[in-house]
Amino acid sequence: MIPPSPPALASRPRVARPPGALVIEIEGVTKLYKMGAEIIHALRGVNLKIHRNEYLAIMGPSGSGKSTLMNMLGCLDTPTAGRYEFSQKNVATMVDDELAEIRNHEIGFVFQTFNLLPRSNALHNVELPLIYAGLGRTERLEKARQALANVGLGERMYHRPNELSGGQRQRVAIARALVNSPSIILADEPTGNLDSKTGEEIMELFEQLYDQGNTIIVVTHEEDIARHARRIVRLRDGLIESDAPAA
Amino acid sequence: MKRTIYELSESVRIAFSQIYANKLRSALTALGVIIGIVAVTLMGTAILGIDAGVERSLAGFGDDVLYVTKWPWRDTSDWWNYRNRREVDPAYANAVNNWIAENPDGPLKLAVPAAGWNGNVRRGEYNVRNIQIVGTSADLARIVRSDMKDGRFFTDIEGRAGRNVVVIGFDVADALFPHESPIGKTVRLSNQQFTVVGVAARQGSFLGLFSWDSVVIIPLPAFTRLYPMRWADPHVRVQVDVTRMEQAKDDIRGIMRRVRQLGPEKKDDFEINSQQIIREQLDPIKKGIAGAGLFITGLALFVGAIGIMNITYVSVKERTKEIGTRKALGARRRTILLQFLVEAVSICLIGGVGGLTTAWLLSLVVGVVAPAFPLVFSLGLVLTGLVISVLTGVFSGFAPAWQASKLDPVVALRYE
Repeated sequence: MIPPSPPALASRPRVARPPGALVIEIEGVTKLYKMGAEIIHALRGVNLKIHRNEYLAIMGPSGSGKSTLMNMLGCLDTPTAGRYEFSQKNVATMVDDELAEIRNHEIGFVFQTFNLLPRSNALHNVELPLIYAGLGRTERLEKARQALANVGLGERMYHRPNELSGGQRQRVAIARALVNSPSIILADEPTGNLDSKTGEEIMELFEQLYDQGNTIIVVTHEEDIARHARRIVRLRDGLIESDAPAA
Repeated sequence: MKRTIYELSESVRIAFSQIYANKLRSALTALGVIIGIVAVTLMGTAILGIDAGVERSLAGFGDDVLYVTKWPWRDTSDWWNYRNRREVDPAYANAVNNWIAENPDGPLKLAVPAAGWNGNVRRGEYNVRNIQIVGTSADLARIVRSDMKDGRFFTDIEGRAGRNVVVIGFDVADALFPHESPIGKTVRLSNQQFTVVGVAARQGSFLGLFSWDSVVIIPLPAFTRLYPMRWADPHVRVQVDVTRMEQAKDDIRGIMRRVRQLGPEKKDDFEINSQQIIREQLDPIKKGIAGAGLFITGLALFVGAIGIMNITYVSVKERTKEIGTRKALGARRRTILLQFLVEAVSICLIGGVGGLTTAWLLSLVVGVVAPAFPLVFSLGLVLTGLVISVLTGVFSGFAPAWQASKLDPVVALRYE
């Protein structure tokens, strides 16, 4: 089933909801990589605060440190130096399994390449974070069904990724990101593998999710996508170049 | 705890869908384990079979019987110390039986005189060479664990009178009387005619160990007429109460010292042997066979394990991106570790079940082709096989699974 086509974006009033409690606080974060004998400064001291109810875009050309910052925000990586607090919890010094716990409960990932398990149907893909959270089967299935219905895929729960279109796959991935009610949704080039029309549909879905009270961070290099956000952070050479409300 | 169970069931689900998705690859990998398990189980079956064969052979003697002999059964390096001992007169059995009559509550039950000689048995053109001819009393039938297939054992009167009657083993009967019943027919022992009164039931033989199947038994007085007693290892067999073995040995020793009139300062000039000695002598041989056999077959299993390790490494490599995704969604290190371990163990278990089935079928075939070889396929062996399979899986899956669990999620997600 194809979800009802969204109204044209221009016609929708883009209201910014008032920011809520502080979720992410980054201060003086640096990240160094060793590439052979060479040391690469991916981040050179970044300060950033993100509140609940924000819709944020992180932009920057390749090599700007955008991906590194996203990995850091997503608790996939820890900073070389600096302070990173996620909901008042110090992430910078956490070990692997503690980070996994934060990712499981607090962060919903949406990837450019969808990253669905190819041999599992949509329902099982969405169920996966709940298994890692330790929820019982009945509760898992109920939540996963609900999440799929929310993104308009209630009829396609038992389809495998290869039986779904690109846009539908990304919806499954978004349902998976939402299913554990995370504090933030972190989307890395979510429309990068979609045609522009489907991309618009996905951005419309993000708009709805924002309206429902989710906090969204989109990492992108496309101005068109970033424009959907309420705030745009631009990086260059490992530093924040600008941080301003979207025009 | 609950989470671990959910993760485990998820791992099993993934493992089987993975195996199903890579059927050929999984089958080839499992083949390595199948071969290993077949080798190990057949070896185990053979070892159990050797054990059972030895036990069956020993049980034929009666395992509650002590043997009073001139020579010790255990290996001795100082045989000259025993050579000049007096012979053990089979008539000592009477002294022991008298003692038993006086001490009905003692640990001794029955004494039987016996001697053995390797000789030929003929019947017309049929000839059985170099088999054991045992001379004994009618009481022997009461202490051996052997039934009669046909006829009867010779009677006490026949035994005392030394009548020319003979009880023959199953194989002897088969060789001399291939098409007819031997009962009442005559055979020749050392040019004397003996009437066959009974055929012992088949016992089966193993590795040339003692078996009643290839023995003939005649009354002791008749034996004395035919063969030189001095070279026939004359001895006394005493059936005892196995729960009072030590006391039984002491009592026999006392009786023997008395009838041989040994002064208190003299050492024993006879031996009291039990089957335990035979067991002890066979033990190192059995252990040697088991050790060498298990080592060689273990190598086959090891090769199978390397195959599993290899395929698990491939699987980890192929699914690096999936591992990254799972980590991003909150899979902890041990979740990933468990997933790949379960996968390796699953393949091994499939191989194990396949191997056990193959080994079982092979043991059935061996049972038909070579029934003399006592293959023993036990439940314990099945469980051992399964445990070995699981251990093989854990052993071979651990290194790749550990590597997977340690993957940096950032690197894994970027992997193409």
